[in-house]
Amino acid sequence: MSDLAGMIVRAPDRMLVQGITGRQGSFWAERMQEYGAKVVGGVNPKRAGEEFLGVPVYESAVAAAKETEIDVAVMFIPPMAAKAAALDAIEAGVRLLVVLTEHIPTQDVMYFMAAAKDSGTRIMGPNTAGLVTPGETFVGIMPAWEEDICRPGRVGVVSRSGSLGTLACLNLVQAGLGQSTVLGLGGDPILGTTTIEALQALEQDPGTDAVVLVGEIGGTAEEDAAEFIAAMSKPVVAFIAGGASPAGRKMGHAGAIVTGDKGTYRSKRNALEKAGAAVLDMPSQLGETMHKVMASRAAAVPQSGAIEFPTDH
Amino acid sequence: MDFEEYAAKPLLAAAGIAIPRGETVTTPDEAAAAAESLGPVVVKAQVPAGKRGKAGGIRPADDAASARSAASEILGMAIGGHTVERLLVEERADIARELYAAVLNDTASKGPLVLFSTLGGMDVEEAAAQDADAVRRHAIDIRHGLDPAAAGNILDGLDLGEATEAVADVLVRLYDVWRSRDAELVEINPLAITGDGRIVALDCKFTLDDLSKVRHEDIVGSGVPDTLTELEARGRDLGLTYIELDGEIGILANGAGLTMTTMDAVRHYGGAPANFLEIGGQSYTKATPALDLVLSNPKVRSLVVNFCGAFARTDVMTEGVVNAWEELKPDVPVFFSIHGTGSKEAVPIVRERLKMEPFPTMDEAVRAAIAAAK
Repeated sequence: MSDLAGMIVRAPDRMLVQGITGRQGSFWAERMQEYGAKVVGGVNPKRAGEEFLGVPVYESAVAAAKETEIDVAVMFIPPMAAKAAALDAIEAGVRLLVVLTEHIPTQDVMYFMAAAKDSGTRIMGPNTAGLVTPGETFVGIMPAWEEDICRPGRVGVVSRSGSLGTLACLNLVQAGLGQSTVLGLGGDPILGTTTIEALQALEQDPGTDAVVLVGEIGGTAEEDAAEFIAAMSKPVVAFIAGGASPAGRKMGHAGAIVTGDKGTYRSKRNALEKAGAAVLDMPSQLGETMHKVMASRAAAVPQSGAIEFPTDH
Repeated sequence: MDFEEYAAKPLLAAAGIAIPRGETVTTPDEAAAAAESLGPVVVKAQVPAGKRGKAGGIRPADDAASARSAASEILGMAIGGHTVERLLVEERADIARELYAAVLNDTASKGPLVLFSTLGGMDVEEAAAQDADAVRRHAIDIRHGLDPAAAGNILDGLDLGEATEAVADVLVRLYDVWRSRDAELVEINPLAITGDGRIVALDCKFTLDDLSKVRHEDIVGSGVPDTLTELEARGRDLGLTYIELDGEIGILANGAGLTMTTMDAVRHYGGAPANFLEIGGQSYTKATPALDLVLSNPKVRSLVVNFCGAFARTDVMTEGVVNAWEELKPDVPVFFSIHGTGSKEAVPIVRERLKMEPFPTMDEAVRAAIAAAK
């Protein structure tokens, strides 16, 4: 099992961009570099040996790993080529593999998930928008540099959706709060890192005081995490998208579909509320609610070393 | 994509799993002719819905005449909201025992899962509810697949007697169907042991992984097509996920999560969404046809454009929307909220070319759109 803390990207992380010379790969690799991410190379077998965006292009992740140390690989790779690229990164021994690709055939996903489990590689996604640790580094396709979206702070953000994760970040910054880290999990049914694992990582993270959980209809990730949320020392504020969505239709994400009585808005909301999370009706309530829960938690938690007096009742 | 019984069973047969002889027919005369050559048969409604038997859609017939009358009764029936237009006429099996077998995608183990039960012929969830041990579950490493020895282990201690080896062989073949055909689910219920000891699949459900359709062009034509409205079909042809709803507030947003949330906001503030349409991901460059699509719904009385760009660049999307707006000159009011990647370039486009100011929040844009629709 890979280390939970490993899903949080840090300033020293050395990153490899698979598909760096493509239209999207080059655009986002450049944004990552501007932000300060340590991009140490890229992959494109047709342009191996060239230099691109000031870094070497390698034939494969395995070839790159022979030349340079890599902590994180990120895939700007089309769906039908994703399995081979993921297996390449896993074989190269990266700690963390960020799979941005959407619409990868499900059995291809299962195949590289099984390989990653054996090697202890942490996978984020597929269909994730990536990871941001404001003020340190970012990987993927999040607007980390936009000052009204990402700002250093003490709230950890977990989101299945990239666009909605971005909205949650915006709402935090509008309320004068910032993020300790932003973890994009992805919109697919089968994910390398689940909601509960992301919450476990933030519970352990000393830079995080509170958590925003942005979920959506479909699957049981939020229900599965409820028991852990109930035991967390840090407050959790949650929003579930899709309350107004019809059942039986895939709402854009392969994972966002309600069939039968599983994965409904109501079942998720009930499970989270029962676990003690503050569940929002609208994302715009995030800032105010977060201030409130952080203040009440700070008042309730005794300072370390404080003496506890027995009470009368 | 779901496959009905008549389209699913040939996939089993191709993998070497025995199925009854049968014919797919659409008229009582054809049903009679099929029974004539097959002997005693079962006449089975072919619709993409469960509980066909309870609905009266499955009937035995001993000869051609009774097959004709069974067919004329079943054809035209409504089962699960579908009108029966097609029948499968199959030779009747001599059933000694009914089993259940399936291979499906399991999100928890992130791989394939084999399900097996000796309580076949009923809903496996009901069987599991009666007896938790009634359904065997076996997770498989997709890199290694299912070999006969592992299949035998699944059946260990199940009292299948002489049939054990043959049932294990069916499990191996069933797994091969799942794997080679990129199934999401392949289920045989019941899997019959006949009086003379053969193992025969009497029904089959098959669901193809939608993301793998391109690998299975040869069978996609026999799956159940999506039931789409005219506008939804137009969206699909453009490569856009458009879902038509009953309300009056048109929605154009990027990303599935944000689009669902925009719909939630419309409901929350007392309106009703007219559609789901996201132009995030790779389709963020399709803002112009997307806008055209939203406005083609005559119910739309006002429009919210809500962008919170991550991968989807709001400058590219906004320019597409504004281009379309100038070209189509629609007479419904529009309300923007724009944040995220490219917003510094996007906001001036709206300001200068449409002479309006994007709202600072989604909530304000949604409230204004609802007020304007009244």
